[in-house]
Amino acid sequence: MPASSSAHADSAPGPAAATRPAGPGRPGPGSGHASGAAATSTHRAGASRRAQGPWLAALAAAVVAVVTLLPLLVVLPGAFAGGWEDAARYLLRPRVGELVANTGVLIAVTVPAAVVVGVVAAWLVERTALPAAGLWRTLLLAPLAVPSFVSAYAWVTVAPGFTGFGGAALVTTLAYYPFVFLPVAALLRALDPGDEEVARSLGLSPTAAMVRTVLPRLRPALSGGALLVALHLLAEYGVLEMMRFQTFTTAIMQQYAVGFSDSAGSLLASVLVGLCLVALLLDLAARGRRRVARLGAGTQRRGVPHPLGSWTVPSLLFLAAVVGAALVVPVVTVVRWLLAGQDAASLFDGGLLAVTLSTLGLAVLGAVAATVAAFPGAWLLNRRRSALTLALERVTFIASSLPGVVIGLALVTLAVAWVRPLYQTVWLAVLAYAILFLPRAMVSLRAGLAAAPPELSEAARSLGLRGPAVLVRVVLPLMAPAVRTGLVLVALAVSTELTATLLLAPTGMDTLALSFWREASQLDYAAAAPYAAVMIVLSVPLTLLLRRQILEEE
Amino acid sequence: MPKTSRPLLALALTLPLALTACGGGGGGNGGAPAEEAYEAQPDTLQIYSAQHIEVTEAVAEAFTEETGIPTQVRDGQDSSMGHMIVQEGESSPADVFLTENSPAMTVVEREGLLADVERDTQAQLREGLVPSSGKWVPIAARSTVLVYNTEMISEDELPTSMMDLADPEWAGKWGAAPGGADFQAIVAGMLAERGEDDTRAWLEALADNAQVYQNNIATMKAVNAGEVPVGIMYHYYWYRDQAEAAEGSANTKLHYFGGEDPGAFVSLSAGGVLESSDMPEEAQQFLAYATGPEGQQALVDSGSMEYAVGEGVESDPALPPLDELESPDVDPSTLNSDEVIALMTDAGIL
Repeated sequence: MPASSSAHADSAPGPAAATRPAGPGRPGPGSGHASGAAATSTHRAGASRRAQGPWLAALAAAVVAVVTLLPLLVVLPGAFAGGWEDAARYLLRPRVGELVANTGVLIAVTVPAAVVVGVVAAWLVERTALPAAGLWRTLLLAPLAVPSFVSAYAWVTVAPGFTGFGGAALVTTLAYYPFVFLPVAALLRALDPGDEEVARSLGLSPTAAMVRTVLPRLRPALSGGALLVALHLLAEYGVLEMMRFQTFTTAIMQQYAVGFSDSAGSLLASVLVGLCLVALLLDLAARGRRRVARLGAGTQRRGVPHPLGSWTVPSLLFLAAVVGAALVVPVVTVVRWLLAGQDAASLFDGGLLAVTLSTLGLAVLGAVAATVAAFPGAWLLNRRRSALTLALERVTFIASSLPGVVIGLALVTLAVAWVRPLYQTVWLAVLAYAILFLPRAMVSLRAGLAAAPPELSEAARSLGLRGPAVLVRVVLPLMAPAVRTGLVLVALAVSTELTATLLLAPTGMDTLALSFWREASQLDYAAAAPYAAVMIVLSVPLTLLLRRQILEEE
Repeated sequence: MPKTSRPLLALALTLPLALTACGGGGGGNGGAPAEEAYEAQPDTLQIYSAQHIEVTEAVAEAFTEETGIPTQVRDGQDSSMGHMIVQEGESSPADVFLTENSPAMTVVEREGLLADVERDTQAQLREGLVPSSGKWVPIAARSTVLVYNTEMISEDELPTSMMDLADPEWAGKWGAAPGGADFQAIVAGMLAERGEDDTRAWLEALADNAQVYQNNIATMKAVNAGEVPVGIMYHYYWYRDQAEAAEGSANTKLHYFGGEDPGAFVSLSAGGVLESSDMPEEAQQFLAYATGPEGQQALVDSGSMEYAVGEGVESDPALPPLDELESPDVDPSTLNSDEVIALMTDAGIL
């Protein structure tokens, strides 16, 4: 236990370090003897530490929130630099109306579709007597390893005529349903079946029992997943460009291409900010405040799987269709182009390896940065929920709903004007990733903190543990799976990020996504295939980690 | 609990590995040591390139081999990179800027950020191609063409002028990539020669009539696949595809408008030296090399199928000679992409 808890302490800074007393010579919690340090500290020190904790966390969360808002401070004034009249003239054009309609219709179709596919699949895998459920769980998560633009590339080559709205909705649904599937499956697996059984014993039908006892508990997972899907749709570029379906984000990219960071692009981005605010408010309303952690005596057992009966075959067909479209089509297409390309030897030359390594490096840096940045906000929200802490968390979602190019341009502007030494360094790119992908870490950390309810910390304190030791020995171990999920989700996102990387990567640095996009936009599908293959292969272990997380919810 | 901590531990262990990977590995451009390939180097010529990356790298590598001056190439696109240099201003890391089309260079030129190009370099180029300002030089040229699907349309049914594509009879029958700098350069040529009213009317017709594609290659492949009978593009994408397996162009041919039509516009790829460069001599040396016999030969040998513009260097023999294209006579320094973008925005294309 000491070995594992020090590992957690090393990999999860933030409050653990922030709440450490400043006095010299006092052993910190990271020394590997956390309980010893706690035992030697006085009661007064413990009390002041408890009082400091929230303030330091609040300060950290506020700093993070302000940093994520910096791009907006560039975008919004830039948008209205030409005055309200010019802005109105630009925005009140038929073309902008068309972009609003396209973006809206895509969200209105893809979000419900992803929720339905994700929930039905999760229910079938976790709560029914589905044949080979374990295999299906892996297969249904596997599309997370396929970047959405690779999926689009596959569908464009398989069905060249299938572009426009249909293709865009299909590919985005297939790419994003795992965002719903993952949290819902984890929750369904962990949910105490007791309530549902009690409901049945009181005379409810199986369906009614599920609707009245299970669905309400899924609300946070469902609405969090739907929010992620909606925010991703708002910022999606690669899929929509390949499908020739124009939304705000593709228009912003086009504006960037013609004018770099001119006011037109900022105006379009401002509209996106508005759309994001709407999504966040809807999620807030839908999430509810019900607690989902189980507190009670006794050991929880697994629920009895619902028999599928005559629904077995349709269920299997449904899952096979989802997996076929989301996984088999892209993988087979990539392999086909790989074989159609040049000789195998040239695939694994130094160039591909260098690009892979730099992508990996960025992914790890981005994941750590986003997770560290998300921790204070998530902790505050879980422990001291108030309008202020809620606001601190919500504002971090705003910047992340913007396309990478908008964050990238804003950071270029800021760095050129104020922090010149950061310009065209890796660190500016890492900052962009932290801003863009903070919600992924946040959603996971919040789920983790929900699994470590404050009562357990209180119990630990009553048994003599002090602040940091409670965090290290009780909270972090319970959170570990969620922290890991957050890291993995961010790393996956960074390794396939396109438009911010394009602007911010240091001269000479190339990533898999950039190389893939360069070839694919020249429609050189064979030359793009090796990069797509590496992106998929790299993501497989990460996806397996996520699968284990569902299993470990038991 | 030990079971759950293992992957996290594994992740923590791989972290430093990946971090070192970030700074190492990979072949640098033009002789930069491998471990320094991922950051801009102080004594390395920084080339901002909106030209095709393979072409720029081919020329840059040949330059480094010849002179021993290391180079680093930042890949980008015309208009965005031009505006990026403007935003970077006096402290831009760039020493040399190369564009696909000259309007992006004039964006930088209008801000007064370009140094004069040395006389000897200008003298290496063919007559009439160097802009009057002397702030930049052409490094390659490309011609506008109409690509058509031979199974869908015969040569005598083709329009005599690119302006005819605005007629209702062509509605839905032509493709273009108006979002790209290539197309915007063509429209800039039209604007300089035909004036604002004609250009505006033509763009409004484009918004209604044309199928919009991502870029030249997508346009060509759409014509080849029979999605539209004709498309506007630059010549060299077609010749490149033909030189390979012709997968994207087997069913197509090229039509040159000629007759000084806006559709015969020849666009210049440009090269310039930034006034703010901290290696001005080396930067001038690079331009001299790129426009000289060796650099121009490297361009031709790279298989880009663009026209060489240097005196005495032959373009690829597959191409019709540059001086027989009957292109309209437009001073490249008058091309204004910002006005084109405003017109395209008004027309609802952007």
